[in-house]
Amino acid sequence: MTQTPTGETTVERVAPSERLGKWSGQSVPRKEDRRHLQGQAQFADDAWQRRMGYAHFVRSPLAHARIVSVDTSKAEALPGVFATLTGAEVRELTEPFFQIAPEPGGNIVEYCLAVDKVRYQGDAVALVLAESRDIARDAAELVEVEYEPLPAVVDTVAAAEPDAPVLHDEVGTNVAWHGVYDYGDVDWALENADHVVKIDRLHFHRFSSTPLECSAAVVNWDAGTDMVAIYSNNQMPMFASLVIGPSLGVPSNKLQFRSQDIGGAFGIKIGSYPQLAGLCLLSRKAGRPVKWTEYRADHMMSAGHGNERVFLDIEVPVMSDGTLLGFKVRAFDDAGAYLHYEPLGAVIWSQVTPGCYRFKHIHVDYTETLTNKCPTVPNRGYSRLQHLWLTERIVDIVANELGFDPVELRKKNYIQPEDYPYETPNGCVYDSGNLPKALDLALEAIDYPKWRRRQQELGKGSGKRIGIGIGTTLDSGTNNFGQSRIINPGLPFSGNGEAAYVKLDLYGEVSVNLGTTPQGQSHETTASQVVADILGVSPDDVHVTAGFDQRHNTYVAFSGTYASQFAVTGLGATMGAAERLRAEIVKVAAFALEASEDEIELEGGQAVVRDDPERSIPFMGIANLVYSNVAALPPELADSVSLNSRHTYRPPFEVPDPEAKRGNLTLTYASQTHACAVEIDEESGEVSILDYAVADDCGRLINPTIVEGQVHGATAHGIGAALYEAFEYDEDGQLMQSSFYEYHAVTSLDVPHIKTVHVETPSPFTPNGAKGMGEGGGAPLHALCSAIQDALDDDSPVVSETHNAWERVYRLLHPDPGTGRGVAVESR
Amino acid sequence: MSDAGTAHPIKVTINGETYERTVLARTLLVHLIRDVLALKGTHIGCDTGNCGACTVIYNGRTIKSCMMLAAQADGAEIETVEGLSENGELSPLQRAFHEHHGLQCGYCTPGLLMSATVLLRDNPNPSEEEIRRGIRGNICRCTGYMNVVKSISAAAKEGAQ
Repeated sequence: MTQTPTGETTVERVAPSERLGKWSGQSVPRKEDRRHLQGQAQFADDAWQRRMGYAHFVRSPLAHARIVSVDTSKAEALPGVFATLTGAEVRELTEPFFQIAPEPGGNIVEYCLAVDKVRYQGDAVALVLAESRDIARDAAELVEVEYEPLPAVVDTVAAAEPDAPVLHDEVGTNVAWHGVYDYGDVDWALENADHVVKIDRLHFHRFSSTPLECSAAVVNWDAGTDMVAIYSNNQMPMFASLVIGPSLGVPSNKLQFRSQDIGGAFGIKIGSYPQLAGLCLLSRKAGRPVKWTEYRADHMMSAGHGNERVFLDIEVPVMSDGTLLGFKVRAFDDAGAYLHYEPLGAVIWSQVTPGCYRFKHIHVDYTETLTNKCPTVPNRGYSRLQHLWLTERIVDIVANELGFDPVELRKKNYIQPEDYPYETPNGCVYDSGNLPKALDLALEAIDYPKWRRRQQELGKGSGKRIGIGIGTTLDSGTNNFGQSRIINPGLPFSGNGEAAYVKLDLYGEVSVNLGTTPQGQSHETTASQVVADILGVSPDDVHVTAGFDQRHNTYVAFSGTYASQFAVTGLGATMGAAERLRAEIVKVAAFALEASEDEIELEGGQAVVRDDPERSIPFMGIANLVYSNVAALPPELADSVSLNSRHTYRPPFEVPDPEAKRGNLTLTYASQTHACAVEIDEESGEVSILDYAVADDCGRLINPTIVEGQVHGATAHGIGAALYEAFEYDEDGQLMQSSFYEYHAVTSLDVPHIKTVHVETPSPFTPNGAKGMGEGGGAPLHALCSAIQDALDDDSPVVSETHNAWERVYRLLHPDPGTGRGVAVESR
Repeated sequence: MSDAGTAHPIKVTINGETYERTVLARTLLVHLIRDVLALKGTHIGCDTGNCGACTVIYNGRTIKSCMMLAAQADGAEIETVEGLSENGELSPLQRAFHEHHGLQCGYCTPGLLMSATVLLRDNPNPSEEEIRRGIRGNICRCTGYMNVVKSISAAAKEGAQ
């Protein structure tokens, strides 16, 4: 990537690999399935060690309180209890976690257990270790904690007020981060537009993808070697290592993270590092391995929620022909009680600053606040889905207020197929896409004209309404971690990467290991597909190590599985390592077959001389020469091959400009366009989905069936969030949903049949033409809000909430007298 | 309060094998299966009977094994995911999940397979609606249920029971 003097960003184009094709692109059945189907998978809670104890966290029942005293004596007296650990001990034993935020947010002092104060219901106060999980829980109840309650603040906008109760005295305010993103000239646009549409408030609610497997770990601080083994389901272990290593005083080469199968994570399991740090200390203190399995109620209260965001005073300049010039908004993001991975969300949204549209003038005044609620952590679509929902709401509200057709207004303002690579106002480069085509395909899949007719036919008095909705969204993948410097210019992070290792084993078998920690994304399968293509074998011949083990897998600091990037970074690394191995195999084969290297081809697990198939050597023969018959090779050849190849894939990024808040923040932009038809019952407000379709574009498909599965999953999460799932707190900071009784995770009866169609615009920036995908950009939230709005009367209130349970929809249909619509138009 | 509680000798048959153990009164059936008998294929996802990850077949019917005490299971015949394959070969139902991408992270899969097994025993030719009703007690957070339904439907066509 280079910055020209005018500030334009160009990204190096990459010639796509010519070797992919036979296996890549095929829906190869998954290598992971067999062990899962037979009950032989290895999840974190399946681990067991001799002498281990069971840990349980004592959690605060209050949202905000001073800790007066913690008395563990009764717990320790209970037979079967091995040890306890309190915040006071943790303060003596560890350093606070480092903070990503600059001052003042960076002044937060956080340890793995609460010290002096609790700041949300569920804040961990102490740990107990016992010989069984039930005794540990009994003992936790015997830990006596005296609290002095403090007033709680649960609203992100109120939290920023000067007189709000302050969570962290060291910060002195609840504003963790504030910054203004300003591109183009929005004031000029507002002055010169034919219309200005003003929306009072939009609220993106709290929810979580709630992985079915809660967090779990077996941790052993081995006194003999001083090695700390952490077998867990953390999904970004290198980040965990960077945070807890210095806090515990353990060098990173003595922290050993391992995981095999992870039962869903969706970003939430990035956030388990404070708990893991506490378990490390408990293990050292007790001199035993420590097993911890989070209960679902603990998970709901404390494992992390997705970001809640409020958008205020939205102003949208619009020309009379429907050209949308941009928008101006004040955003308040609620990070909860501590900054876990935050405030990265305060910049990550800007990967998609204009959404899918050619907005030129954008002004976002962004404030991230601390509140007495569970800390937020990345959740599927992290930070971009909130912003994309804003852009989609803007388009639909403008269409409704000014009488534009929502389909035509989108098509007019979409970034057009010929615009790619498209540079956004903040210097990001959208790699490829065809949004108008995707919209046409999605509308065709639901038979849009049919639903428009039905909508007309239904008429008043039927008690039912039909609404048709569209959600266009982006799934930006392969972060440039340099964007963290827009938050805090002092941070030493930039670029991105992933590592992979490919080798031939003793009899010529192909082995692969990765730096990633998959949670259902099928890395064993897709990695084997690209390796099979490059080495001329079948995916069945490629063994990919299941899971991650820091003792022998290769990795870089960015390693892990998050943020829609494996198809680019993980497979980029795998392809690079496979190419290096291929070159070595060819070199040895050329010697063995007395041919030149450019005559050698690899197929069927053999190296063959082109046009002379009699002259061939199987991989077993190659391995034999290098590993066990090495004197038969010329010394210079023997010294130049190892048949062990490691490659780090590095996307072409530069460090963004923190002052201008400009730079290329993400390499690829997959897109999804959702279209749906819903029926709303006027008497109850119930929303039923009648038809649902998704047009997906993630560039070149490596495994279409796996991609489709990710599309289905992301769609289900968005539908759940839009209609059922919410984390809500009362005014005292008590969480109202702490189990799957109150938090209605969608079931097979809630998710409709999802139609899928593909658009394929290969990325010119990636080695395989693929774009990372999987998060899905929260499209169902956009599409369902759009459909509900469409079903309402033109003068009904605007749909201003992402969560539209029956009661809320009922209120939209039957607003209290005097309720405003939440929108106004100024026309000139 | 105390873990001592009362101890109960029980005898259960799981996947055709009989186990005699003494369990504490408060031990859940799912903990007997996972922790005592080390049959780790049955999972725990919610602790409250909502998610179905711990579904097993109990005297021919599906139950959520986190909702029953181990002591109550004395004399029961139980089937778990480990009993679905014979000689390591995938059963038609398991094969259908493999062929139709009916699983991603795999955590809900054992519970879903047990629910689907009983569903197909009771109704060898279920409609999509009947399949969706039959698995409504099993939460899957990865697949959006699309390919789960497709897999069960395909297994039915193959005559799986």
